[in-house]
Amino acid sequence: MANASTSASSAASTPMKLKVKQFQPAQTPTNTYLTDEKGVWAWLTTVDHKKIGLMYLGSVAFFFALAGFLAIALRTELWTPAKTFIEADTYNQLFTLHGAMMVFFVLVPSIPAALGNFILPMQLGAKDVAFPRLNLASFYIYVFGAIFTFLSLANNGFDTGWTFYTPYSSDTNSAGIIWVTLGVFILGFSSILTGTNFITTIHKLRAPGISWERLPLNVWALYATSIIQVLATPVLAITILLLAMENILDIGIFDPALGGDPVLYQHFFWFYSHPAVYIMIVPGFGIISEVITTFSKKTIFGYWAIALSSLAIAFIGFLVWGHHMFTSGQSAVATTIFSFLTFLVGIPTGIKIFNWVATLYRGSISMKTPMLYVFIFIFLFSIGGFTGIMLGALSVDIHLHDTYYVVAHFHYVMMGGTLIALLAGLHYWWPKMTGKMYNEPLAKIAAGFIFIGFNVTFLPQFIMGAQGMPRRYYNYIDQFTPFHQTSTIGSYILALGFLIILYYLAHSLFKGKKAGPNPWNSRGLEWQSTSPPDFHNFSHTPVVIHGPYDYHQPMEEFQLGLAVEHGHGEEHLAADTTGSKAAEATIA
Amino acid sequence: MANHSATHPKHVHHHFVDSNQQFESAKLGMWVFLVNEILFFGGLFCAYIVFRAWYPELFTQAALELNTFWGAVNTVVLIGSSLTVAMAIRSAQNNQKRGLEINLLITILLACVFLVIKYFEYEHKLHLGIAPGTFWNPTPEIAAVLDHPKANIFFGIYYMMTGVHGLHVIVGIGLMIWLYMRARKGHFNSEYYTPVEITGLYWHLVDLIWIFLFPLLYLIE
Ligand code: HEM
Ligand SMILES: [Cu+2]
Repeated sequence: MANASTSASSAASTPMKLKVKQFQPAQTPTNTYLTDEKGVWAWLTTVDHKKIGLMYLGSVAFFFALAGFLAIALRTELWTPAKTFIEADTYNQLFTLHGAMMVFFVLVPSIPAALGNFILPMQLGAKDVAFPRLNLASFYIYVFGAIFTFLSLANNGFDTGWTFYTPYSSDTNSAGIIWVTLGVFILGFSSILTGTNFITTIHKLRAPGISWERLPLNVWALYATSIIQVLATPVLAITILLLAMENILDIGIFDPALGGDPVLYQHFFWFYSHPAVYIMIVPGFGIISEVITTFSKKTIFGYWAIALSSLAIAFIGFLVWGHHMFTSGQSAVATTIFSFLTFLVGIPTGIKIFNWVATLYRGSISMKTPMLYVFIFIFLFSIGGFTGIMLGALSVDIHLHDTYYVVAHFHYVMMGGTLIALLAGLHYWWPKMTGKMYNEPLAKIAAGFIFIGFNVTFLPQFIMGAQGMPRRYYNYIDQFTPFHQTSTIGSYILALGFLIILYYLAHSLFKGKKAGPNPWNSRGLEWQSTSPPDFHNFSHTPVVIHGPYDYHQPMEEFQLGLAVEHGHGEEHLAADTTGSKAAEATIA
Repeated sequence: MANHSATHPKHVHHHFVDSNQQFESAKLGMWVFLVNEILFFGGLFCAYIVFRAWYPELFTQAALELNTFWGAVNTVVLIGSSLTVAMAIRSAQNNQKRGLEINLLITILLACVFLVIKYFEYEHKLHLGIAPGTFWNPTPEIAAVLDHPKANIFFGIYYMMTGVHGLHVIVGIGLMIWLYMRARKGHFNSEYYTPVEITGLYWHLVDLIWIFLFPLLYLIE
């Protein structure tokens, strides 16, 4: 039992007694991770998971703004059926860049690497992730990948769409494609390192008492995500490497002119990229589960159902990639199987939605901004999911494939799902990260703009798509003008919403009210430290004797920590008999 | 709590509770990384399977151009290096500084032998014009026996697989040199040999991949 204090799972079989003390987090901490080391250099070389998380957050926000700006340009171009203000070639490059940046630079790292990095170790009561230096390396690899992408712009750019389908991508003699594929290749490593780090952290760095059945659902979600990252990303890496070689050397594996097979490329690509959509959405599920209990003041309904459905999604998600290739000339048997499996993914997803709604039932709901985003999420993501099921139906997909219907579908899941969840999480943990509150009324107004703007932008796209408007087209026939114009107006409303967010978050940083350690009265472990937390997250080693959503238990019992701090575990195994209520905790 | 207390040995990073936790974490991390490596090569194996299923006669024909003898020698060399790396770990566990250094050196040496042989194999093929992609330009004699129209694809796969594997060998040599230098400074002992252990794991995988590559590429009947 030398490491009893670390591996709670081994403790699960034998209940053990720990000498504990109650630690009430200070209202206004004097020494926090933000004041601990100062200066730009200290930030750039930090191995603190919280700072790395914030650096990721900043970069993700930067790329989101950039790609969002491109989106506005694209929508503006589509105001008229013919040319509005940019050339067709530029248009092709812009939508490619928009898509590639949003997927690879924003959504994939957004929740895990930015919010997850900050929150995961805190929810485990750990001082850091298992490999802090790898964590920093992963950030710089990400930056490096981004630089490659920008270099590609300086070298003719690329206009293949974010999917880089061969043979177009292998035949186009543009140095830009080589640069961007290498960029994505590099980026993959950053994702892999994050995943590896999280899996190890979750297995090995849990504070005493955090058994698997007491893991916060956010941790379960990040665990499932990390598994997908580790299993899928290397396949993207090799695919992209082969594509780059195809481009540089003409090795002939994907290029039909040389005897290769372009459909093989599609299989490889989607073997990663379908699971990748779960890399994007599953962490969002985690955030929703956390926020929904906190603001319902109620235990989550169906803890295991939610936890395991994340793993089920991760698993089934690996078996459905073929639904992107219904029209690519797969065998009829393969298409039928893929279609069937695609329907199956709907089940674990549905389970989650039902459990969230059941959690709301009879809860005492407080409609704070994060909760507002949860409702927006449930609404938008359900639409995204249902339309996904429709696309999974063979005959329907033949008609809808490569139309705006698909565009609307994946924006409902990726933006309406992942991004809205990210906003929920950002507002939820903002006080923890910065120690400041934001302007609640303004936040609600912004959420309203985003909700309305989003629907005005993307609902018409379902209709257009169903009527045959193809995706990735620069011009269109007059009949679609009203839909396109509505969509464009929607995108402006959406942009306005984000500008408001930018404004009040910046304002909160400088002028925000002090948040205090636990403004939402959450039972989550991360809220039992000061806001902002100190360098080691907690001033003590937390001891956990309840699940993270046990709102029926008194708050003091969530504030326990080891009474004696030593380097080794053995000392504090002795039972304490002082008789005070919190002096002894049995962790089972 | 950041301070290293008396019971917190120097090699244990501040965020770990004890040496054991750090060791276990490093090992798990490496295993996860290896899974990731397997999938990385898995993509290549998958391409191999697809093309072999399509053009079985190409694979039989092209494999004749590969030198089975040197391929076999390289297999033995790598298996040998896996043995010495295992012995290096054993030495570290038993506090045998000298044994650790020698075993690491032999491993590095064997890895270099592997690369040298590989270099000559490549060199020979390039000389005959059996080059990847654009540079595919077999001499008339070769073209006479290697007359399959898709022959370039086999060698595209061959160069990718052995090339990526070769890169892993080079990385391994780098890691081993780093270990050797640390071993000389006496960084490792029975209490702390984590880097040796996890580099060993990595090296076994590199070896294992070659054990698959050899029959798949060289020994096709
Ligand atoms: C219930 C779950 C889902 C189902 C059944 C589903 C189904 C589908 C199908 C069948 C397609 C192919 C349409 C076509 O190209 O003709 C598709 C496309 C797509 N889906 Fe989903 N999907 C689901 C969830 C998601 C999620 C969660 C995301 C991302 C967060 C996502 C992102 C995408 C993207 C990006 C595309 C378009 C890919 C492209 O560029 O061609 N989907 N989905
Ligand atoms: Cu998919």
